[in-house]
Amino acid sequence: MTDKAPPKIRIGGLYKAFGTKRVLDNLDLDVGDGESLVVIGGSGSGKSVLLKCILGLLRADAGSITVDGEEVMGSPPEKREAINRKFGMLLQGSALFDSLPVWENVAFGLLAGKLMDRKSAREVAISKLAQVGLGPDVAMLSPSELSGGMQKRVGLARAIAADPEIILFDEPTTGLDPIMADVINNLIIETTREVGATALSITHDMASARKIAHRIAMLYQGKIIWAGPVSEITRSGDERVDQFIHGRADGPIQMAVRA
Amino acid sequence: MRVLQLIGSFVLGFLESTGRLVIFAGSAIGHCFRPPFYWRSLGRQLIDIGYYSLPVVGLTAIFTGMVLALQSYTGFARFSAESAIATVVVVSITRELGPVLAGLMVAGRIGAAMAAEIGTMRVTEQLDALTTLSTNPMKYMVAPRLIAGVLMLPLLVVVADIIGVFGGYLVAVYKLGFNPATYLQNTFDALKTEDVVSGLVKASVFGFIITLMGCYNGYTSRGGAQGVGAATTNTIVSASILILCFDYILTELFFAR
Ligand SMILES: Nc1ncnc2c1ncn2[C@@H]1O[C@H](COP(=O)(O)OP(=O)(O)O)[C@@H](O)[C@H]1O
Ligand SMILES: [Mg+2]
Repeated sequence: MTDKAPPKIRIGGLYKAFGTKRVLDNLDLDVGDGESLVVIGGSGSGKSVLLKCILGLLRADAGSITVDGEEVMGSPPEKREAINRKFGMLLQGSALFDSLPVWENVAFGLLAGKLMDRKSAREVAISKLAQVGLGPDVAMLSPSELSGGMQKRVGLARAIAADPEIILFDEPTTGLDPIMADVINNLIIETTREVGATALSITHDMASARKIAHRIAMLYQGKIIWAGPVSEITRSGDERVDQFIHGRADGPIQMAVRA
Repeated sequence: MRVLQLIGSFVLGFLESTGRLVIFAGSAIGHCFRPPFYWRSLGRQLIDIGYYSLPVVGLTAIFTGMVLALQSYTGFARFSAESAIATVVVVSITRELGPVLAGLMVAGRIGAAMAAEIGTMRVTEQLDALTTLSTNPMKYMVAPRLIAGVLMLPLLVVVADIIGVFGGYLVAVYKLGFNPATYLQNTFDALKTEDVVSGLVKASVFGFIITLMGCYNGYTSRGGAQGVGAATTNTIVSASILILCFDYILTELFFAR
């Protein structure tokens, strides 16, 4: 990670509202090439919305998102699809295709993009499964036969199967026990470092954020209120960041108990 | 005033949802003709709609043919018009009952299942997952279903026509004691290409309506299990009404000249 290299992803003035509710409000964020950036923030603060805007799953109302210097906002569908090929994503609920066996889930991008025939796609899938610590016996199972932690691993294998340049992780450790969460953290570190990918993760799990991040940014009320290296998060000088990382109910951030 | 307001908002809501449906349909049709094509999904849909609907459609058709023969016998016996029964059976089956009943049965079987499947994929973010894997859900999920519906419904109706006419034959020959050779002769005399063709065109349109409503309701469903349930019900109701409505429009186009 160098400060001089142009950012892999640059988000400027991003704005997204649902009805009258502003979820992202003039948000700016840069992700450097090869860096692992973790965005932290409370539940419902708009973290998933941010990732979905980057991939075009949701249409932002205003602002700019560039990937490798190319503007994606308002670009024609073909260009958007081409840019999206650089991405892999682990969705919050894993979102495995329950009509397909595990190996076809993992190989889905390879098969759909007609990058290879079924036999070699299957071999790639099995090697990606091995990379996330799952044996070849899992390959023929249906996703519904797997535990939550195994589903996350399959989702991770699916996200990295086409060797993306940028990987997005939406709450990769939420809902897992601490040990499995750490296993997933290690897998994220291994799989991104190994291919030199840029990683943008969002989480509210501080242990996970500290472990996988080079840099942390905090999202609050639609803006990035603080961003800096992991080592400096305890010295942010921002009470809201302090409150969040220490998990205190009292402080400047008042949770809406009744939304 | 209140009443006017209510009517106004109802009309606006109706126009808005019709507009959405038309835009969805236009985009879906566009995706049917532009690559990439997902042949495996198409094959699976062809089998699911065509092959697995055969029992339901066949059973519906045979009883319809049987009851037609029986009903028209009790009606026509007074005029001793034996040949009329074969005509009634063949004309009503090929023109009307074959396509409409097959359409309604398939709407219940296939349309509902499509809405439930795609709706579940929407609420569990599997449709989003498709996009993250550089696969357009309109192309992967919707286009193969529309194509399969348009192609397979006519085939199902050919089968329904044959089985329905055979049902009429069974009742006429074994219950009413008609001469089999004469009945068959009457049947073939009454069989007209334009009746069959008009029935098959109707079937294609119904196939489009069923798969479109299933995909649209699933695709736009919101709010968890309840939303998926609503999408399923909406599909059956709206597809059935549209089938009957377009049945009239098409009949008017074909025969009211
Ligand atoms: N498709 C949507 N329609 C309406 N509101 C939405 C939609 N998606 C998210 N929201 C709202 O945006 C806010 C942020 O959601 P989200 O990004 O999922 O939060 P989180 O930070 O927990 O991931 C929530 O208040 C949610 O209600
Ligand atoms: Mg979220």
